[in-house]
Amino acid sequence: MIPIPRMPGLLEGPTTQVGKPVSRVDGRLKVTGAARYAGEHAIPGLLHGYVVSSAIAKGRVTRIDTGKAMAVPGVVHILTHENRPDLAWLDRKWKDQDAPKGSPLRPLYDANVSHSLQPVALVVAESFEAARLAARLVEVAYEAEPHQTSLLMNRDITFTPGKDKGGFEPPPAPRGDADAALAAAEVSVDLEFTQAAEYHNPIEMHASTVEYHPDGSLTIHDKTQGVLNCQSWVCGVFNLPKSSVRVLSPFVGGAFGSGLRPQHQLFLAVLAALALKRSVRVELSRPQMFSFGHRPETWQRVALGASRDGTLTALVHEAVQESSQAENYVEIVVNWSGQQYRCDNVRLDYRLSRLDVHTPLDQRAPGAATGVPALEVAMDELAWKLGMDPIQLRLKNYAEADPNTGKPFSSKELRACFRQGAERFGWPDHLPPPRSMRDGRELVGWGMAAGVWDAMQNPASAKATLGANGKLSIATASSDIGTGTYTVLAQVAAEVLGLETADVAVEIGDSSLPQAPIQGGSWTVSSVGSAVKAACDQLAKRLHALARDAEGSPLAGVGSVRFADGHVVAQDDPSRRMPIQQVMRAAGLPVLEEKALSVPYALGRLRHTLGTHSAVFVEVRVDAELGTVRVTRVVSAIAAGRIINPKTAGSQILGAVVWGVGMALEEEAMTDHTLGRVMNHDLAEYHVPVSADIPDIDVVFVEEHDEVVNALGAKGVGEIGIVGVPAAISNAIFHATGVRVRDLPITVDKIRAGLAALP
Amino acid sequence: MRPFSYARPDSLDGALAELAGNQGAPDASAAPVRPVAGGTNLLDLMKADVMRPTRLVDITRLALRGITETGDGGLRLGALSTNAETAWDERVRARYPLLHKAILAGASAQLRNMATNGGNILQRTRCYYFYDTATPCNKRAPGSGCGALTGVNRIHAILGASEHCIATHPSDMAVALAALDATVRVAGPGGERAIPFADFHRLPGDTPHRETTLRPEEVVTAIDLPADNLARHSTYLKARDRASYAFALVSAAVALELEDGVVRGARLALGGVAHKPWRDRDAEALLVGKAPGRAAFAAVADAVLRDAKGHGHNTFKIGLARSVIVRAFEEAAGLEPS
Repeated sequence: MIPIPRMPGLLEGPTTQVGKPVSRVDGRLKVTGAARYAGEHAIPGLLHGYVVSSAIAKGRVTRIDTGKAMAVPGVVHILTHENRPDLAWLDRKWKDQDAPKGSPLRPLYDANVSHSLQPVALVVAESFEAARLAARLVEVAYEAEPHQTSLLMNRDITFTPGKDKGGFEPPPAPRGDADAALAAAEVSVDLEFTQAAEYHNPIEMHASTVEYHPDGSLTIHDKTQGVLNCQSWVCGVFNLPKSSVRVLSPFVGGAFGSGLRPQHQLFLAVLAALALKRSVRVELSRPQMFSFGHRPETWQRVALGASRDGTLTALVHEAVQESSQAENYVEIVVNWSGQQYRCDNVRLDYRLSRLDVHTPLDQRAPGAATGVPALEVAMDELAWKLGMDPIQLRLKNYAEADPNTGKPFSSKELRACFRQGAERFGWPDHLPPPRSMRDGRELVGWGMAAGVWDAMQNPASAKATLGANGKLSIATASSDIGTGTYTVLAQVAAEVLGLETADVAVEIGDSSLPQAPIQGGSWTVSSVGSAVKAACDQLAKRLHALARDAEGSPLAGVGSVRFADGHVVAQDDPSRRMPIQQVMRAAGLPVLEEKALSVPYALGRLRHTLGTHSAVFVEVRVDAELGTVRVTRVVSAIAAGRIINPKTAGSQILGAVVWGVGMALEEEAMTDHTLGRVMNHDLAEYHVPVSADIPDIDVVFVEEHDEVVNALGAKGVGEIGIVGVPAAISNAIFHATGVRVRDLPITVDKIRAGLAALP
Repeated sequence: MRPFSYARPDSLDGALAELAGNQGAPDASAAPVRPVAGGTNLLDLMKADVMRPTRLVDITRLALRGITETGDGGLRLGALSTNAETAWDERVRARYPLLHKAILAGASAQLRNMATNGGNILQRTRCYYFYDTATPCNKRAPGSGCGALTGVNRIHAILGASEHCIATHPSDMAVALAALDATVRVAGPGGERAIPFADFHRLPGDTPHRETTLRPEEVVTAIDLPADNLARHSTYLKARDRASYAFALVSAAVALELEDGVVRGARLALGGVAHKPWRDRDAEALLVGKAPGRAAFAAVADAVLRDAKGHGHNTFKIGLARSVIVRAFEEAAGLEPS
């Protein structure tokens, strides 16, 4: 193979700003309430919209009586499918950047109802209270049709989707003959897994405030992970020029994927603003947060065959997930199983089953958080059957190159994750047998699992502006959904130009700023960070040239410089230096501005598989009689390339572990299939972990050097933290009790049933 | 939220005058004029359009706050004392540790700071169908049916339910009060009366919208705790889906009077299993005269749960209740795991 050239502009160590545990630069704004969220903008004359949600899961609206609602003082208008203004009719116009194949939902488009809680009307009033009251008084009559909302009832009615959504490839063709190898295997496990649907439920509920300007243009404050996605979608649906629509989202109160697609509150707020030529806000209630995308309910089968020495000889992973009637939401689920371990006989199969639900939606580590835990529980069960330590089984089948493609990994320090994680946890050389560790009334168990996520990158742009005062401004249309984007972009810029992080101001979340991708997939540092670096590199180049050419410059004729302490410094002679401010003064420049587009390093990416990896170790305590579980210790060892900020990255992993605890033990949308409706639609009954559920969590970032992923060598940590957690907890519960529960969440009733069934 | 008018009387007489208009309402919970204190449950339900009072009578200026001695060794808990004040009162902690523990097992610190004792025992069920006005619920809309019976019923009743309603009472505090044989003191147009705690909440029968024996024109003024010898051997055990801020799947308030290694008196109230805190005095009596022990406790559990009935998702509660009862008694008796 022809060697490929080294990636241009690779950030070399040692670094001074990158790698520092800087506290988030937007923290003060957030804790003091100065940061304004989408639903918090006070605008004179603002109208308030409240959504009327469908009471049925499928059918038609036959009549809407708005008489009583219109009589409520303050009500201005009620929008329904019967009186809505004209809208785009081509599906293409309703597509957004994260839309899968199919026809996107068109709220208030016609009388059809395709899922429970679908918006059927919007009440617009002078106050929120009037709008909410009137929404209760809108009388909607339906003609219900039979619906199906149960994946398990519908499991046999499936189809195989294609490449129906960006970022997800269909499973690779089978290699070898997995089914024959499974049948012939010396040792095997063949297991079924199910998992409940989960809703994102960020603490900030979805809201859009649409400012209507006298010239008909709109400024939209939206809760979104992509201001440009929302801008182009609004322009498409409402046939508006981009110059008339500006979308702002500088602060987001959590999103986790729920803000990747424009949600219906945005549509309804714009619809009302345009119809009434007034500014309008629409904010969803907590129950209405269950009216759109979710992590889909899933059925899986994982079968593994091995020889007595633990060599994997067969791997079958099949998954069936729900999608809606109109769109093919895919997250593939099974592909990581072909990538994580070496095995000659592999069959991966992924199907969809259509239900009368809203289209599911990416949720933290979509696909991986569902599929990898099933694989990792199966590996644990195989290890016990083989009488092998679970880490040893994983090392025995460690994939040095990606078995799905044969390509090498750009970097993969999973071995170090196992080693360092095990050491921090105190993982023993010989795990005591299941159900053998007891402390008082509690059974104690240890479990581990590996995790994997992709290291993706998208084209992105950024602008860097240096002022005469030596302060730098960075601008890009990216968002910061609470991940620390503001902070790490400042660190990257400061690193390149030898500044302090505090000297860098970052402006994001504005569609008028340079292009950035939707914030998802753990690709923001990789994409936008690289763009910021590129723009700052260009600035550095110009500063170098200006410094060299300045009259009487100490750097005259110097060919190679670095940037430190606000100075341009000769690479070989630190005594030859010039302050950046002086460089600009000498050149007579009040500001210096550079804009750059960064694109993935295609040559390197084409020839490698790129991913983050993790090893998670968990201790649980299960009350032997009651069946209640406590997670008492977690160690998460992460390999994700260079860590730009160990504090914000550490927080990402902490949050993901917490969510993993919820996924393993608590989160479950409970659907009444007679009504086709999620019934526990509030945070009192839809359980996520509370502080009392969460033990000390130890996050370890292992050293990982990567020269392919991007110029920063950083892979992004948004998703990897959750992937291994549910399996590690499940494996620890087995170790504690001898009970396997392969149906998430592992609630007390399931553990009790398992305990009762023990011999 | 439906429009409502608001009054803030300074005296009990003023409040009762406001409530006089409720006479003839089928139940206090559905009366047009509602007293409001902490508002932690009522305001949520009004926003959800489940409760639709036309007038709120703010009773927080009434002299119903404070915890005082009853004179015969018991304590009187003011209706307007907050759950937090009550739980952390030194006398409550020393003499009724069961109540202290039960209150702290419920809600969150913020809610306990707002919620009052009167409001706590009057709180409404957390049944999903009761909260979702698009679904059938005989309690919210009599005659509309019970969605939970054949629907999602993980958190529902296994004892004393009917074909009309399988909702549970969500309070932890009330379970302890039931075990402690508390008395609810109420005031109405005809003066004061006392309702034994066991008679305060109703079973659903065919009128699940009638929840308590409080008359619509009455207001709770206090809860009396009798003197007892139960403090030493008592506990509140709550099994739930997460460690905090979750309603009980099953909870048990238990207390034992032990003398020379023999049970002289036993109390057991269950939460999360019925439309009211569940007492079964016949089952409790099985323990009297016995030495505390696992077999004896299991016999009580079996007796209490003899008629328990599951509805699908909640059937596991029967077994869980058995485990919780035995464990709670063991803890109360100070028995270590074998």
